[in-house]
Amino acid sequence: MTTDLTRASAADLADLLSKGETSSVEVTQALLNRTDAVDGDVHAYLHVDREGALATARDIDARRQAGEQLHQLAGVPIAVKDVMATQGLPTTCGSKILEGWIPPYDATVVTRLKQAGMPILGKTNMDEFAMGSSTEHSAYGPTRNPWDLERIPGGSGGGSSAVVASFQAPLAIGTDTGGSIRQPAAVTGTVGTKPTYGGVSRYGLVALASSLDQAGPCTRTVLDAALLHEVMGGHDPLDSTSINAPVPAVVEAARRADVKGMKIGIVRELTGEGFQAGVQARFDESVQHLVDAGAEVVEVSCPSFTAALAAYYLILPSEASSNLAKFDAMRYGLRVLPEGLDDPSAEQVMAATRDAGFGDEVKRRIILGTYALSSGYYDAYYGSAQKVRRLIADDFNRAFEAADVLVSPTAPTTAFKFGDKIDDPMAMYLNDVATIPANLAGVPGMSLPSGLADEDGLPAGCQILAPAAADERLYAVGAALEQRLLASWGGPLLGRAPELSAARSTSMGA
Amino acid sequence: MTVVDTEATISYDDVLASFDPVMGLEVHVELGTNTKMFCGCATEFGAEPNTQVCPVCLGLPGALPVVNETAVESAIRIGLALNCEIAEWCRFARKNYFYPDMPKNFQTSQYDEPIAFNGFLDVELDDGTTYRVEIERAHMEEDTGKSLHVGGSTGRIHGATHSLVDYNRAGIPLIEIVTKPMLGAGERAPEVARAYVATLRDLLKALDVSDVKMEQGSMRCDVNLSLMPKGSTTLGTRTETKNVNSLRSVERAVRYEMCRHGAVLQAGGSILQETRHWHEDTGATTSGRPKSDADDYRYFPEPDLVPVAPSRETVESLRATLPEPPAQRRKRLQSDWGFSDLEMRDVLNAGLVDLIGETVDAGATPAGARKWWSGEIARRANAEGATDVASYAAERSITPAHVVELEGLVKAGRLNDSMARQAWEGVLDGEGTPTAVADARGLELVQDDGALEAAVDKVIEANADVAQKVRDGKVQAAGALIGQVMKEMKGQADAGKAREIILAKLTS
Ligand SMILES: [Zn+2]
Repeated sequence: MTTDLTRASAADLADLLSKGETSSVEVTQALLNRTDAVDGDVHAYLHVDREGALATARDIDARRQAGEQLHQLAGVPIAVKDVMATQGLPTTCGSKILEGWIPPYDATVVTRLKQAGMPILGKTNMDEFAMGSSTEHSAYGPTRNPWDLERIPGGSGGGSSAVVASFQAPLAIGTDTGGSIRQPAAVTGTVGTKPTYGGVSRYGLVALASSLDQAGPCTRTVLDAALLHEVMGGHDPLDSTSINAPVPAVVEAARRADVKGMKIGIVRELTGEGFQAGVQARFDESVQHLVDAGAEVVEVSCPSFTAALAAYYLILPSEASSNLAKFDAMRYGLRVLPEGLDDPSAEQVMAATRDAGFGDEVKRRIILGTYALSSGYYDAYYGSAQKVRRLIADDFNRAFEAADVLVSPTAPTTAFKFGDKIDDPMAMYLNDVATIPANLAGVPGMSLPSGLADEDGLPAGCQILAPAAADERLYAVGAALEQRLLASWGGPLLGRAPELSAARSTSMGA
Repeated sequence: MTVVDTEATISYDDVLASFDPVMGLEVHVELGTNTKMFCGCATEFGAEPNTQVCPVCLGLPGALPVVNETAVESAIRIGLALNCEIAEWCRFARKNYFYPDMPKNFQTSQYDEPIAFNGFLDVELDDGTTYRVEIERAHMEEDTGKSLHVGGSTGRIHGATHSLVDYNRAGIPLIEIVTKPMLGAGERAPEVARAYVATLRDLLKALDVSDVKMEQGSMRCDVNLSLMPKGSTTLGTRTETKNVNSLRSVERAVRYEMCRHGAVLQAGGSILQETRHWHEDTGATTSGRPKSDADDYRYFPEPDLVPVAPSRETVESLRATLPEPPAQRRKRLQSDWGFSDLEMRDVLNAGLVDLIGETVDAGATPAGARKWWSGEIARRANAEGATDVASYAAERSITPAHVVELEGLVKAGRLNDSMARQAWEGVLDGEGTPTAVADARGLELVQDDGALEAAVDKVIEANADVAQKVRDGKVQAAGALIGQVMKEMKGQADAGKAREIILAKLTS
């Protein structure tokens, strides 16, 4: 058989495995080999669990041989963002403060992957505690974009998107607080979904901002995202904010790929000015494809979206400042003794550890959040931000009366170069201007590749947003658009990415 | 500015001559739920350190809380018993501060949306008058871990070489009950404070929501106190004396702080708003941490939990489970049982109300139940260091049925009072039921009048001088003869009957 197992989709691998045309060990080994070959350049992984992944693969192969009825994704390997607790595997969240911490328990999402029999290849790189849009804030060095190793892979989940874009895994788990699944997907030419808030358990997801965080799939195809979404999703009694309802029919919607009669709303505030010309052009073409597929286009206005970024950067730091308080050197992780003190107090050890263990961006947001929650400022900052949040939800509600889904470019630009925005937090934050409203309102969103921008030949993303609990609409629209785009490209967009060895020889000269 | 000794005191009478005390009590109650507030860990007291913990109550990265529904029900029942309104919708909030025994460095508590608010508790004082304590709020929160400071002489953090933390207590459900400022108690302020805590303790016990053991910390009291110059309506600066953990200490702490505040104010000083430590041994408080209203805990709604929104039906069905208020129940029982005030107080202080109630329900007379449960068994329980008679009896399988049986034996004429005491001692010694003990020890009143008459004759003959006194009308002298007869009968006679026979022989 001639299939390149590393390039096959999860759906195709599942098919091959069920027909006995390949084994999980063979697939897992091929992906690990690929990692050996390319991850020195890409640095998508913080930790690779060869033995663990192969052990699961062997077990699944044996059970399949024995005739056991297995989950359809059994034996299909996956990578997990390093923000998810994995029993027995390091979980650092990209931070020095958690260096060496081995969780004694599994996140619910990880438990579900294990129950499905999916080998876990390793833990992927990320901006420290998911704060960033480039992975440049990882304490362990950045991940590089497989399209151009001098460019960022997006963030915070740059590792999860790069790992699938560089064919080291067909599937990865990401998390999205303001765009950390969708923006990396856009700039790496991959697919990523942020499900409805509460659609996927947050138990074991190390919290950045509890009211915004949501885990979701990172893949190369819309169908694969749906298959993974189905495995991850569903009610979890360990997460009080988890929705007690079945997972929306995402796989069925992805297979039908039908948009006939659907109303597609273009959000006026999320197009045009501020968006790179090539990104906008690919988006306009995508809308035309949907019209060609039988959808109707309407324009909607969401005036409060202009305040989304400001509200987000009050709510997120506020929650984060409290969520990150537990990293105090008392029970786990890094412990740093203050210099020049013979007999330091617990508080002095806490302060020294947090000073040494947290990076600048984390400190910046802890300080912001601490300030915003302080008495006397709470109403003006946190309180006002919550009001904006309600206005944004109202805007979504009105928009979804006029349209079944909303669409926009996912990110304003294609991947930028390392260092371009690292010293300008505002420019960095603006990357998420189109993705943040969905987190504030709890609605689901997807990004899929819309093509390459003319000016730089780099991938651009198209974002689809749906009402809360109507995640299946993302997949119906996403799959229909994907079909037409694939036809127009004559194959997957990632097929046009440079070979990584070539990318290295051109980009890594410095 | 004059330098004022902030640790001096003046006499209680001097305080009252110039000031009116204002109190506020904050009581923390550990609920007796089987599991913690936000996880499934056990809550047993005294377990090996750090054995009742999990990712949630250790605050491990990624772990999330889930509300214990039983704890919420207990909170609502407490609120209802305190005549509070129950929130239709309320949230938990995070109280942010760093401390090593707080796993998350925030406490999940409630802030401006307590589950219960605006209530009152009527407190009966020793002279029978009632003081109404207004309740500000009762809210839910989680307990912290427990720090043990090692290496110093005092057990306090100062001087310790290191500290150990036990997280078994972290996450145990707490209800904090906060009063509104208590005014107008005057000289009775210490008594009111004590009576309030005692009444609250009885109420919580009756609700069966907590074991309310102040000595084990399952009920803890913080005393806020300030003084108002007589005639003024402006509240003075308050101090908060933490962890005053016995009823007697509550009373003493209020009194002490009144005398200390009085001294400071009278010397022209001002009270520093601070927390103070209570010292049981010296009966004094010492300065703790300065505390201001600006202490900033950066409260915000807990985003990991959904709001608590008890339906009105739920609230009403919980209201239906409330027990009769303890004070009302005591009055009813005292009247049902015909006990004097003194008898009732003794029974209450000995914690015998429930046991007597059960024994009466089982068929004993109230007087009999009181007599048998408060005599020898109480002496033994006390001598052996048991916490109370009820648990002492339960551990030895001594039940109300035993008391009923013992009374039955006396009533049937088989045992006299002293035999019944012997039989009861046998029961307490673990020899079995009263009947079994009586059988084994051969306790049986002699019913044969012939034997008794013979004994009487023998005694009269041997004590002719005494007999003559009785014949001469000194009836009380018969007592000596009865004693001799009982001795002759080896105690197995009915003393009343012996008396009858003696008097019949000597006075007719
Ligand atoms: Zn626990």
